[in-house]
Amino acid sequence: MDIRTTTSQLYLDNVSVSFDGFRALNALSLAVEPGEMRAIIGPNGAGKTTMMDVITGKTQPDEGDVVFEGSIDLTRLDEANIANLGIGRKFQKPTVFDMHSVEDNLVLAIAADRRARANIKWTETPDEKSRIDRLLETIRLTPARGRLAGSLSHGQKQWLEIGMLLAQEPKLLLVDEPVAGMTDAETHQTAELLKEINREKTVIVVEHDMTFVRELGVKVTCLHEGSVLAEGSIDQVSANERVIEVYLGR
Amino acid sequence: MAFPLIRVLDRSSLVFLALVAAAAVIVPALNLLLPETSPLHVPTYLVALFGKYVCYALLALSIDLIWGYCGILSLGHGAFFALGGYAMGMYLMRQIGTRGVYANPILPDFMVFLNYKELPIFWYGFQSFPYALLMIVLVPGVLAFVFGWFAFRSRVTGVYLSIITQAMTFALMLGFFRNNFGFGGNNGLTDFKDILGFNVQAQGTRAALFAASCVALALGFVICRALVTSKFGKVLVAIRDAESRTRFLGYRVESYKLFVFTLSACMAGVAGALYVPQVGIINPSEFQPANSIEAVIWVAVGGRGTLTGAVLGAILVNYAKTTFTTGMLAPYWLFLLGGLFIAVTLFLPRGIIGTFNHWQQERLAKRDAVSSEAATRAAE
Ligand SMILES: Nc1ncnc2c1ncn2[C@@H]1O[C@H](COP(=O)(O)OP(=O)(O)O)[C@@H](O)[C@H]1O
Ligand SMILES: [Mg+2]
Repeated sequence: MDIRTTTSQLYLDNVSVSFDGFRALNALSLAVEPGEMRAIIGPNGAGKTTMMDVITGKTQPDEGDVVFEGSIDLTRLDEANIANLGIGRKFQKPTVFDMHSVEDNLVLAIAADRRARANIKWTETPDEKSRIDRLLETIRLTPARGRLAGSLSHGQKQWLEIGMLLAQEPKLLLVDEPVAGMTDAETHQTAELLKEINREKTVIVVEHDMTFVRELGVKVTCLHEGSVLAEGSIDQVSANERVIEVYLGR
Repeated sequence: MAFPLIRVLDRSSLVFLALVAAAAVIVPALNLLLPETSPLHVPTYLVALFGKYVCYALLALSIDLIWGYCGILSLGHGAFFALGGYAMGMYLMRQIGTRGVYANPILPDFMVFLNYKELPIFWYGFQSFPYALLMIVLVPGVLAFVFGWFAFRSRVTGVYLSIITQAMTFALMLGFFRNNFGFGGNNGLTDFKDILGFNVQAQGTRAALFAASCVALALGFVICRALVTSKFGKVLVAIRDAESRTRFLGYRVESYKLFVFTLSACMAGVAGALYVPQVGIINPSEFQPANSIEAVIWVAVGGRGTLTGAVLGAILVNYAKTTFTTGMLAPYWLFLLGGLFIAVTLFLPRGIIGTFNHWQQERLAKRDAVSSEAATRAAE
């Protein structure tokens, strides 16, 4: 195994994934620097979610390397290992634990020993409690802490999932379409929240909403048919002719 | 403290434990202390029948732990129950000694009949009660561990898992039916004489076995409660509702599943071991796939994911079964059971206790909403 060490937080090199002969990712290469926030755009089916599946160990690439923190080969690890390395993920469809309270969702997510034995004996420490209180404030769900997560509105579920992501204290956050189904005000608040998170952590955001991406004001990568079509500032990318052709559709 | 008692034993758990304790004392007392002429006297055959229900309740509890809380629908739990039963049966066989038809001090009757020259190695040690106790837990536990290790690591879930658990119990049934398997073939193990030196048929022994079954049920219940109310239990529910999400949080789902599945199999084994001396026989029909499915129906009827519901379901359905199968409706029992399952799935998907809990929560939520509304109005 000769993985070239890089300074990037995450480095995808020549990654390909096929489903029954269909290439969802096609020699995709991407480097994200520590502390960076990167927006990924691209038409439906471009392979954005598949890229996250590959990074988080849900899907094995047919070819290519996925390197975390310069030297860790993610393609050899499973979901739990990768999560415990400090890579957190928010799904496209909000997935919270519906039958648990908002608070318990955070209790499950909070960075702690994940082994079965430790969790049989677990009791909440004051430190964990105050971290959960702070998280509830951040995601504006303090009044709903005792409610079942299943009874939250769509936007609240998205926020709870972001809260769970933060609770994990990851180094790298992968956020898949966080503002889908949100009102304009909620979208704006989410952009603010992500920017705040980005002060300490590396973030990769997949999003369709161009106003939202513009508001983030970060480097943008446009995917198309499983590889990178264009990369640069939002103005550069949205002025790119190929991008206009395949994505913006004008 | 690792298990705050208040968390583990909430009010309804205490009510449940009090009921089990009362049964453990009252049934034997009414049987042993009252004369047979008294209207309150509980005849010995009923003590054994109730004991059987309690064993079924423990089996149901073990199924609820994995199905109700972790979403593992085992349709082969009857196999672990039967294995525990066989381990106890082997102890009981070895207690017969020279009192058998062939009066062989070592070999049980069926072995003499089948021309065995010496005791098979896996029968060694079963003359000792502590050894048998160990095997009652160990044999189902090891089988479940090995089975679960392969199944959960390869991420077999849902219907596929249910089907392979059925296949497991079916394969064991075929094995145990064979004479050369060494467990008495289709006749199984029977004609027991003593347990710990007491006659298994005696009134006092029956009463003691009933009480022991109640103790095992209560213990199983407390263990399950301690687990499901801990953070471990929260992880189980998370796995049940969103397995892949749980993985992305960094939990090793297969270890959690393997742990509860193995524990649950051990509990089922204990239930089977207590069952055998009370019914007086264990044979391969206990491995029938239909038995395992019936046990799942008990849990569905009582309410999965409630523990007390599993116990209630097991007792109610088996009481109904006893009533029906001893009357003229006997040939229709299976249709009735099937109908009951369909009715519960359609009209009472939460089961009896689940529906009751849900109704109570709704009422509380409504009351909270009303009072907080009143509070805001007052504040204005
Ligand atoms: N598990 C899978 N099996 C088969 N095809 C898949 C699978 N996952 C994704 N795909 C296909 O791969 C392509 C990329 O999908 P996806 O990564 O979800 O796109 P995006 O998130 O950019 O909209 C789509 O054409 C999709 O149908
Ligand atoms: Mg997608």
